[in-house]
This record gives sequence, C-alpha cells and structure tokens, in this order.
Amino acid sequence: MEFDRRVFLKVAGLTLVGLAAKPGWEVFSKVGSSDPSPASGVSAAKRWAMAVQLEKCWEVRGCTDCIDACHRIHNVPDLGNIKEEIKWLWTVPYEKAFPEHDFELTGEGHRLKPTLLLCNHCDDPPCIKFCPTRATWKREDGVVMMDFHRCIGCRYCMAGCPYGSRSFNWKDPRPFIKKINLEFPTRTKGVVEKCNFCEERLVQGLLPACVEACKEKALVFGDLKQPESEIRKALQGKTVYQRQPELGTKPKVYYIL
Amino acid sequence: MHDAGKIIFGLIVFVVIVTSPAWYNAAFGKAGFVPTPKAPVDKKQCIEPKQVIRVIHRDLLTDWRDSVVRRGMRTYLASDSKTYTMSLTRTCMNCHTDKGEFCDQCHNYMGVKPRCWDCHNYPKGIQGIQ
Repeated sequence: MEFDRRVFLKVAGLTLVGLAAKPGWEVFSKVGSSDPSPASGVSAAKRWAMAVQLEKCWEVRGCTDCIDACHRIHNVPDLGNIKEEIKWLWTVPYEKAFPEHDFELTGEGHRLKPTLLLCNHCDDPPCIKFCPTRATWKREDGVVMMDFHRCIGCRYCMAGCPYGSRSFNWKDPRPFIKKINLEFPTRTKGVVEKCNFCEERLVQGLLPACVEACKEKALVFGDLKQPESEIRKALQGKTVYQRQPELGTKPKVYYIL
Repeated sequence: MHDAGKIIFGLIVFVVIVTSPAWYNAAFGKAGFVPTPKAPVDKKQCIEPKQVIRVIHRDLLTDWRDSVVRRGMRTYLASDSKTYTMSLTRTCMNCHTDKGEFCDQCHNYMGVKPRCWDCHNYPKGIQGIQ
C-alpha cells in the first residue's frame, strides 16, 4: 500500500485518539469533587451570626470595651488618621449606619448614638466575587475569611463591600500597634484586612473577643442553625434590622432596637 | 585574529573580576564557612527527624498554612504518630525561640528571604521590630 497523504492523516488521527483515551478516561471517570470547599466537614452544620442589642449597648456612655478587646488581640493598629484607618470593629452615628430610617420627627433620640459596625459576614458576600486570587471566601460556617498570604492588595473587595468593612494597609502597621499580641499575626503593607468573627477563638470553643468583653451583654453570638442557641433566643420575637438588606447580601449581623 | 592578545587579556581581567569575591573569601579564610543554626538545648527531637525537616520544612510550613487558613484543620500528625498544633509561632518558635540564631543562619547564607516575619511574630526579637 502506498503511504500517501490520506493514509498518513488517518494514522495520525487514530494515534491521537489512542493517546487521548487514558487521560480522557481519568477525567471523565471521576466521581464527585476531589477538592472540598474550605472547612467543609469541620463546621458545615453551623451558621455563625451576631446580634447587637443597641439599647443595652447605649447604657454605658463612651464604653469601648469590645473595640479595645478586638483590637488588642488582633493587633489592629491605630494610625491616628481617618484616611488610613484600619477597621475591624468601629462605631458610627446611628443615622449613618441606618440612613434609611426616618429621623425627621423623632427628635435627637438615638440619631447620633454610636452604632457598632463590623464585617457582616454576609450569606452572599459581594467582596468574595471580586477577589482575583480567592484570598477571601465564605466558609461553610458562614465566616467570610481572609487569607492574608494570598492577598495581592488590589482592593477590589473593598470596592465590592457595601459596608466599608474592609481596610487596606497603606504602610507597615507594626509601629502603630501599642502592644503586639504574639499569638496573632500582624499584617503587612499592601494587604486588606477585616473582622474575622474571631475564627481563631471559635475553633477553641470560645466566643468572639468583643462578645466576651461586653459587660452589658449587648452583643450576642451563636449558631443560627441551632434553635436553642443564644442568638436565636435573642432574635426571637424581636424587630430586627440589618444594614442595607435591599442589596441582597443577607448580612448576618443583626441590630435589635 | 588580529587582536587575540587584547581579547585574551580582556577575558582574563573579566574572569578575575567576576570571581574576585571567591578569591577574597579564600584569602581571608572564609571559604569554608558553614552556617551553624543553634538547636534548642532542652529538646532532643523536632516534630520530624532532623534530616527530613531540613529538606521539607518549607513545604511543610506551606502545607500548614493552607491547612489552617483554608481548610480549618489545625492538627498535624507526625510520622511517629504524635500530634502537633500547626502553628509557626506556637509550635516552631516555641522551641526555636531565637530566629536570628536559628532560621537566619542558613537563610542568610543561602540568600533566601522568607517573608513569614512580615506578619508572624516570634517571641525574641519582636522588640527589634518596634
């Protein structure tokens, strides 16, 4: 038989099919995913959430116990200017936290009272969709995690977060930390950071530092999937506010007034 | 080959300049420098045998990082069935308390600059940062 162009193409085609058989089989014979989503199995049965009971929070004027505790254990720097501020747990006047509420006829009331803000650990967090390196993602237990190792500092997540819960390190934060807690890493120049729901304490079975530090018991934390949990009891039968629920992010920090 | 002499002379000068650090070290007896990381005196055994940890510590720490941060698993099962908490500060630096006397010895010699310490803390030396 003459080995002409036509035969060559046939043989070449058959050879390629033969070579592709094994890798093809390996790909298509796989059952399920080999790479489970982060922290699945460890905590899939939980959904952490927090409630801020504002009336209790306002009982003591000027109290910053929760903020101090959070910033102390997480090495949050105090840069002293609002432009470069690193925010994990902070306050704004109530009217800024809930601008949609009507204050026209309520008088001063609680319009200017400090309202505690933190990462809302949304069910549908917009920040994670923007992250090009997957440095931030939602764990199965609802904690929106940050992997500082992987953050490239592009700040897309900050643009994505409608709550301003993320902060960028414009400079090395270490000189601005009063006393470094050796147990928790500091951050470095060029990464974004935010509240982590005290993920490192949850794994030890402890409550978040802010919740523990609050003497008025204004902060309630717990697992939404357990009907008997503290948070479920606190929310039961109450009028509950979330920040900007109309955006569909489903925030998991509730405000009770 | 009209300029063979000039070219060869130039090459010799080039080679001498490029290798001058080696000659310099040889002249001052530094050629045989061996890094001497100081092992902790009160501990006999690292989490894995010394020869293994020497080679794999970099990959091991990377695995620990991914495991803790991304998968939420914090316990390391060593080859001798002992378990350890995966933590650079709490496990590694608990014994190797002085980064300068341990980590930096080889890292400086090899000219590698791991960026662990940009964020992670070590007991001795945090004062040096501030």
